[in-house]
Amino acid sequence: MTSAERYVTAAYLVVLGVVLVYLVIYAFKLARLERETAELAELARRGRGGSETGAAKPEEVPR
Amino acid sequence: MAALALLLAGLALAFYWVPDAPLEGFRQRIFYIHVPVALTAYACFGWAAWKALRLLSTRDQRYDLESYTAVHIGLIFGILTLVTGSIWARTSWGVWWSWGERQLVLFLVLFLFYSAYFMLRYSVEPGPRRASMSAVYTLFGVVLIPVSFLAIRLAEGLIHPVVFDRDVGSNLAGSQLLTFVVCLGGTLALAAALYGNELVGKRVDERLRELREALE
Repeated sequence: MTSAERYVTAAYLVVLGVVLVYLVIYAFKLARLERETAELAELARRGRGGSETGAAKPEEVPR
Repeated sequence: MAALALLLAGLALAFYWVPDAPLEGFRQRIFYIHVPVALTAYACFGWAAWKALRLLSTRDQRYDLESYTAVHIGLIFGILTLVTGSIWARTSWGVWWSWGERQLVLFLVLFLFYSAYFMLRYSVEPGPRRASMSAVYTLFGVVLIPVSFLAIRLAEGLIHPVVFDRDVGSNLAGSQLLTFVVCLGGTLALAAALYGNELVGKRVDERLRELREALE
């Protein structure tokens, strides 16, 4: 492989590498969003469970 | 998928079909990735400016996220432009960087300008004020694009090659032009795909934050 061929290959590999790094970062972001969605779903479920059992929130207590 | 197909086709054309350039030889093939990537960066910054203008004219806050996402993707392509350009400079001129080249320095200024956008954005509390400031900053940056683009023609005694001038046919053969167009299509499609995905991710992130605030 000549010097020019090495540099040309390196230029194309850099582009491929940066796109791959971006995709890996994006995959981590998707995993975080999935985790947060699950946490919020759990939070919402607990909140609904509390209201269904009749436990009134402090601001809902009749005076 | 279109982006992947175009990029793979462009890669195959650049390596196996297009003939060696008379002066530069094999190393001229960096052109087919470097120039499309640079033009895509300009396109992203231009798109960001258009969204910023829409924000300022309509006050619709959704344009803020779109403008921000376009700057984000533009910076990724800006990094690629600098790195591939540097590799090309090394193999053609024997140096990684030349401060005497206005085209290079102006692109670096453009890149640093948009890098500073993030510092500005995250130093202000989220809201309409931050959106307006970011939009104005983005519009200032877009002025640098034609300057950067035309610098090569305005400069004197430069070594950066001019490929596209008034008579494109004299600089690029048919096969070279076709390869370039396919590669440009590929990088633009890639930028569009990244922009779309990133925008969806940022919107979901924002909605989740609102939902968390509502639930807690």
